[in-house]
Amino acid sequence: MSFTKDRLRRTMLFIPGNNPGMLRDCHIYGADCIMLDLEDSVSIYEKDAARLLVRSALQSMDYGQQDGRTEVLVRINDLKSGGLTDLEAVVPLGKTLIRLPKTETPNDVLECEAEISRLEKAAGLEVGSTGMMAAIESAEGILNARDIAKASQRLVGIALGAEDYVTDLKTTRSAEGTELLFGRSMLLHAARAAGIAAIDCVYSNVNDEEGLVAQAKLVHTLGFDGKSVINPRQIDPIHQVFTPTQKDIEKAMAVIAALKEAEQKGSGVISLGGRMVDRPVVKRALYQLELAKAMRLI
Amino acid sequence: MKIIKTAVAGTMESSDIMITLSPAAEGISIDLDSTVKEQFGGQICAVIRETLQKMGITAAEVSAVDKGALDCTVKARTEAAALRAGDTQADWEGLP
Repeated sequence: MSFTKDRLRRTMLFIPGNNPGMLRDCHIYGADCIMLDLEDSVSIYEKDAARLLVRSALQSMDYGQQDGRTEVLVRINDLKSGGLTDLEAVVPLGKTLIRLPKTETPNDVLECEAEISRLEKAAGLEVGSTGMMAAIESAEGILNARDIAKASQRLVGIALGAEDYVTDLKTTRSAEGTELLFGRSMLLHAARAAGIAAIDCVYSNVNDEEGLVAQAKLVHTLGFDGKSVINPRQIDPIHQVFTPTQKDIEKAMAVIAALKEAEQKGSGVISLGGRMVDRPVVKRALYQLELAKAMRLI
Repeated sequence: MKIIKTAVAGTMESSDIMITLSPAAEGISIDLDSTVKEQFGGQICAVIRETLQKMGITAAEVSAVDKGALDCTVKARTEAAALRAGDTQADWEGLP
């Protein structure tokens, strides 16, 4: 299975790797990405069982990763604390991307990449076919975000892990998210400079939909691709935030129609309503239509 | 691989199966408790037996308490219990 850098990642649903019920049902809720977790949600005494369960689930379940409906990632442990065994369990299957936790330097990415390459080769997979995502969860990581994001061609995105990050900053999370402003902005710019996705942190109060929507609107405005979610209930409100309005959709369709007309005429200049349409406007229009299509609005 | 001690894997939660493996002199015997034993008991036992055989285990006493586990869960819990009972690490290439 090869990976795709450019795809929708509005929601990334975290699934504890030792929970068979959630592993069975996680693909039915419509999240764009599913992250099967072997790290923080699994007790140290159950890492072995979780590894086998996630491996077995990947072998037999159709999560929609083959036809591109869903992106599946496995969050491994730190390479020195079981992460290498996690990689050995899942990489040879060729059915998942790898999410690296607590990434602090580009070297963390490169070390993990080297192990993935070794396992791909041993399993007869194409070297480079396993995608990666790096989670950044510390001040050091945020300050190195640019180099981390550019460390490997395998990276499809970088994600903010806020709980560890704010602890590292010696603060706590607020409703407004003021403490995350620099980290989010830094991570977003690093991702965009590298041409990869930026995924925001989880909103841990699953009963506070108003707060979730406010945070989703904020990160959508900043430019993030999406948010991590810990409960299926959080998926739809976030997708709604990322849904373009009818007016936006009509405008985007008009831009694309103007593009096609210009192409038919062999003209390099796209014109709409007497105004010239720049390439970035076309790019934005295509993204709006992709979001509208995902919500079955077109 | 040989079962050298009693070990457990899995939980009593819905969709899971708790597998207890103990040493035995010869053969594989399975005691299954499941609310869907009548419909799926044969299949659950077949998955347990097949998993153990693929791991090279020819003698074990198995106690399984099923709470509606899928085949992939039955397989994974059997593997985990077997590796714990054999006091060994997973040989990923050798696992089913």
